[in-house]
Amino acid sequence: MDTRDNRPAALIIGGGIAGIQAALDIANAGFPVYLVEREPSIGGRMAQLDKTFPTLDCSSCILTPRMVEAGRHPKIELLTYSEVVSVELIEGETGYHVRVRRKARYVDVERCVGCGLCAEACRMHGRVDSTFDAGVGKRSAIYVPFPQAVPLKYTVDPLACLFLTRGVCGKTFLCKDACSARAIDFEQQDEFLDLEVGAIIVATGFAPFDPREMPEFGYGQYPEVMTGLEFERLVSASGPTAGKIIRNGKEPRQVVFIQCVGSRDAKHGHAYCSRVCCMYTAKQAHLVCEKLPEAQVTIFYMDIRAFGKGFEEFYDRVRREGVLYRRGNPSEIIRRGEKLIVRAEDTLLGEPVEVEADLVVLAVGMQPRADAGQVADLLGLERSDDGFFREAHPKLRPVESGVAGIYLAGCCQGPKDIPDTVAQAKAAAAAAMIRLAGAR
Amino acid sequence: MARTPKVGVYICHCGINIAHTVDVEEVAGFAGRLPHVAVARHYTYMCSDPGQNLIKQDIEELGLTHVVVAACSPLMHETTFRLACQEKGLNPYQFEMANIREQCSWVHAAGPETTEKAKQLVASGVSKAILLEPLAEREAEVTPAALVIGGGVAGIHAALDIADAGFRVVLVERGPALGGRAMQLHKTFPTLEPVAGLIAPLIARLLGHPRIEVLTEAEVTEVSGYYGNFEIEVAIRNPQSAICNLQVGAIIVATGYDLFDPTALPEFGYGQYPEVITGMEFERLAAGGEITVNGKTPQDVVFIHCVGSRDAHRALPYCSRVCCMVTARQAHEIQQRLPEANVTVLYMDVRAFGKGFEEFYDEVRREGVLYRRANPSEIIRRGDKLIVRAEDTLLGEAVELPADLVVLAVGMTPRADTEKLAALLRLSRSPDGFFMEAHPKLRPVDTATGGVFLAGCCQGPKDIPDTIAQARAAAAAAMVPLMRGKVKVEAAVAFVEEELCAGCGVCAELCTYGALALHPVRGVMTVNPVLCQGCGACAMACPSGAMNLHHFTFDQVMAQVDTLVGHLS
Amino acid sequence: MQIQARQFARQYDLFGCIQCGKCTGGCPMTLKTQLNIRRLIYQTLVARGSFDLLGFEVLWDCTTCSTCTMRCPKDINPMEVIIGMRSALVEGGRVPPTVKTALESVFRQGNPLSFARSDRAAWVGDLPVRRIADLGEEADFLYYVGCTPSYDPRIHPTTRALVDVFDRAGLKFGILGEEEQCCGSEVRRLGESGLFEMLSEDNLALFEELGIHRLVTVSPHCFNVFRNDYPRNGWQLEVQHYTQVVAELIESGRLTFSGELPRRVTYHDPCYLGKHNGIFDPPRAILRHIPGLELVEMERSRERSLCCEGGGGRMWLEGTNREEKLASRRVQEALETGAEILATACPFCVLTLEEAAKLAGLEERIQVREIMQLVAEVL
Repeated sequence: MDTRDNRPAALIIGGGIAGIQAALDIANAGFPVYLVEREPSIGGRMAQLDKTFPTLDCSSCILTPRMVEAGRHPKIELLTYSEVVSVELIEGETGYHVRVRRKARYVDVERCVGCGLCAEACRMHGRVDSTFDAGVGKRSAIYVPFPQAVPLKYTVDPLACLFLTRGVCGKTFLCKDACSARAIDFEQQDEFLDLEVGAIIVATGFAPFDPREMPEFGYGQYPEVMTGLEFERLVSASGPTAGKIIRNGKEPRQVVFIQCVGSRDAKHGHAYCSRVCCMYTAKQAHLVCEKLPEAQVTIFYMDIRAFGKGFEEFYDRVRREGVLYRRGNPSEIIRRGEKLIVRAEDTLLGEPVEVEADLVVLAVGMQPRADAGQVADLLGLERSDDGFFREAHPKLRPVESGVAGIYLAGCCQGPKDIPDTVAQAKAAAAAAMIRLAGAR
Repeated sequence: MARTPKVGVYICHCGINIAHTVDVEEVAGFAGRLPHVAVARHYTYMCSDPGQNLIKQDIEELGLTHVVVAACSPLMHETTFRLACQEKGLNPYQFEMANIREQCSWVHAAGPETTEKAKQLVASGVSKAILLEPLAEREAEVTPAALVIGGGVAGIHAALDIADAGFRVVLVERGPALGGRAMQLHKTFPTLEPVAGLIAPLIARLLGHPRIEVLTEAEVTEVSGYYGNFEIEVAIRNPQSAICNLQVGAIIVATGYDLFDPTALPEFGYGQYPEVITGMEFERLAAGGEITVNGKTPQDVVFIHCVGSRDAHRALPYCSRVCCMVTARQAHEIQQRLPEANVTVLYMDVRAFGKGFEEFYDEVRREGVLYRRANPSEIIRRGDKLIVRAEDTLLGEAVELPADLVVLAVGMTPRADTEKLAALLRLSRSPDGFFMEAHPKLRPVDTATGGVFLAGCCQGPKDIPDTIAQARAAAAAAMVPLMRGKVKVEAAVAFVEEELCAGCGVCAELCTYGALALHPVRGVMTVNPVLCQGCGACAMACPSGAMNLHHFTFDQVMAQVDTLVGHLS
Repeated sequence: MQIQARQFARQYDLFGCIQCGKCTGGCPMTLKTQLNIRRLIYQTLVARGSFDLLGFEVLWDCTTCSTCTMRCPKDINPMEVIIGMRSALVEGGRVPPTVKTALESVFRQGNPLSFARSDRAAWVGDLPVRRIADLGEEADFLYYVGCTPSYDPRIHPTTRALVDVFDRAGLKFGILGEEEQCCGSEVRRLGESGLFEMLSEDNLALFEELGIHRLVTVSPHCFNVFRNDYPRNGWQLEVQHYTQVVAELIESGRLTFSGELPRRVTYHDPCYLGKHNGIFDPPRAILRHIPGLELVEMERSRERSLCCEGGGGRMWLEGTNREEKLASRRVQEALETGAEILATACPFCVLTLEEAAKLAGLEERIQVREIMQLVAEVL
């Protein structure tokens, strides 16, 4: 990274769209940026999405150029497959000493050219659940999460690699034999990196709600019941089915979407609205209409929250495409013969209804990441009642964390859609830049 | 061209993305036999360092004059390869990309026809490449100051951030006072703090800031110049009226919104019944001490959501985003202050989407506010009561609700003079009438005009925290060029072949960026290369073929097309 | 029959309701009657002043299975709303005659079945069971038998098998004998809150007097009411269902089986054990330990189990649809698993399911058994 002019640096924790955007703004203004990402590639959740509402832009088509820009920016140092392990205030409170653990990839990134021969050769080829494909697709034990990954460097999954889990992988390492660049190195160890930064932006994102907590929907029991995120991978042209909507080997004829799964639900500890599900469901329903024009599409909802720019207009369009919106919060899903039956009350009819389905998509909400507590402890952040990081003031200081020099961006502060995330990330960047400029 | 072109062609496998459907070796072989091609190679990932090194080495060793990479969309890696060329002394505009991924391998099945298409795309790219000329990339100096238009919550925050970062800011406010619409609000939701108490300290800091100049009762009347160096004329319209000229590097538009006028929906009797008021009028009523209507304490209070909003037929097709929560807070206030009153809220969908909103909505209902799902159809008078007539869609029955006070949650509309400002700043507007951002997902504060950024409700309805986040985002966007001190100027811009130009001005009418002007003496059009964004609209429109576009000249584009069409015929 | 709508709404947190319909959508009674609790809540909310429940016969359809309450996203308790509404009907004297008989019997005889108080311990026969009053400090726990297990001969095999199992495991326990009276579970659910209050106070006073700190019940209904509804008044009372105790005995090796039962068995979760109290695993653990037994699950099980229609006082109420029984559906669902035995752990479930199997002429194909009956076969 270009640090010649000796300006103070910023640390950004999390390489999703919030982190990428904040990094680009700060770097473009001339400050060095360390962008730390836990996964092997930056991109975050947005990289997993198929299309974005309401414009139906291909998500990766608009994201990838940003990722590439961040990857080659002379002022940005990407620290992927890395984690922040300690943060200490510098004496005089001008910034923080930060220690970052660079996890062993078992691949020399200087040598790896990203050709993928190792993954094709791997004994576990096509047998490891792809986290990126939300379990819908398979990969090898040595992998890049997705083809447009930045950096395009392979990583050995220590939980799936036969050698790393059992100490043995046949007579010879198939991946090493396949790698003409000699990049694979099972001797590699974790490394630690010490940084000094003037400002920190926390952009660690969210976790999707796990619908196993609501056994009435039979998620995990019925293969036809899937989450919205899984549906994104299913419907994505770059996903495991090349964009064909297929479940149990067939194209579904009846598709039911259920909103607010794990949101607005005090019972499951998520009293809040997850803000994006109404629109992502509308978009997914639209995609079903487009790809399966004969399919009947029903959406069960409580309130349609189409609040953003162009959202109501999109909701109007999707209804007119023939999507049936029924007001009711389904109570359970049961199997009857070949079909699933969604049982609900249609509160506008005032009658219980049973709707047949070949595919049910649960619009799961957002929740704080499982390690939000640890991150909060590491940085001295407070958390709101909903478990997300607390901003300094809910009205007037939406990006300050309450700790000097530490700012919040994106869904780690609460659910938001992409434009709101980008706006907040840029706002956090503004706050960080002011601090860095003052320290100049 | 002095030298005979010497082209290097590089076919990327993109791992398996291209190589699985296209026979890359065959394409490379084909490319190697094309005229002027000195070398053709294929490699797993051209964008990787070893891939780029192949190009760099060939430029050095073979003295290439042009480079063609057949890979993904130029949106992905054009810059990568341009930089690689530049590093070895080759002008980056003598590089061309052929998209054989998105336009070929991803959309066709494997087979000879797909490989054939890839070949033709490469050949077409080479045809253009040999005609490419070097262009100069320039940078313009940036005036280290910003203009903020609008003194509401958005404008105040943007101004403070830019000034705190060390730059001079001029804030222009049309009205006599700062604080905007927020100052008219009584309390915030969901934290119920008095708004004036929150905003006043910010205004004080703004007024006391050494780098901020505030002009009230003032309006921007002229904008000229370009990204990094705008010339602004401001008319001050108070007793000491004056014209003031400013130079700034960036502009933030934070002009806010107007309220929907409910007289457009006569069925609610607004203006006819004094008991029917808007939400903003309720704010004044609530702030003014005891709540009375016609001298009496109201017993039955009805709030109506979506007045004007979500009504594509007669009013606004969009949701105004804030009314659900403003109403919830107002209902809460009535219920607190008049515990005996029956408070009813009529809604279609309750949009409690933000942090703490659903929780606040839960709290307000539990205080006893009755939410009924209905979009009322009319209000009539019966005796000394108003009657709100509606269908309660959860009962499936028509209902009549008596009311002593009806509060209409009116939506937000673009400012009446939005078009005027749009013309001044060359901004476009979304179908809903608000200013349009450069990209709805990833560029929510940028505009099509470089150096002009959007903050707050002038871009679309939003609440205070979202407005602040966006205002500070706009500030960040403005700070980037101010801090760098320079902006890059587009090299692929329009140019005029003066001998062909008749000076008719058709092009200037089409130009969104105001980059074209008639030369007062020579009578031909001139291009301001700093303003021009290279969109090419002028070149298409010119009846005499005088307007042309660098890097996409007629010759270059036609050479590309001829190669493709020639193959077909 | 009037409820004061606003006060009632406050008492039951009805203003918290967002009318999503999750309660009604999953209500098993909507499979056969017009009961719509979501609509009842809304009617209460929008009523001004009082809300007249006269003619709302559907209120008696509710089985209090608690599916609605378990799933309500806003943490409202629709099941209790129905009980509250029933209370208004009871106070107004508008009670179905069979319910009236049962309530009067509880008041007079301490059981809803119109049996004599003095016959309550007749089930003991020659079993060596001791009165807890005679055991004093020695007793580990009170074996609270309950009304149906005490009087109904169809449940006696379970009642008696438990004594055998406790004895084999060397547990020190006693019964109340003729002093035992109704726990009040169904009384409360029928809306007779006055009588319930009386029963709970009497029973608690008796427990205190006898120094009882731990009790084990046969019926999940008794278990639930002691565990969740009794005012404790500071009295420490540990309540267990027998399946918890027996499963623990098996797992700790204190109870072993000598016989074998090579049959395919499916298990029906009683609402008051499962949905109300989250006890899903102990009964299954018992069945799995029975040598030779193959346990198969029904399509709907655990939290998703279908109610047999025996709760909420429905043992004494036909409801508005007498033609169709949910228990019949449940027996069909059990048959679909290929099971020969439908096992359960609640006296009400045994009775309703057995009757359904009999009515459908399916006794040859599937037997309904209380878990302890199966245990008794392999002891």
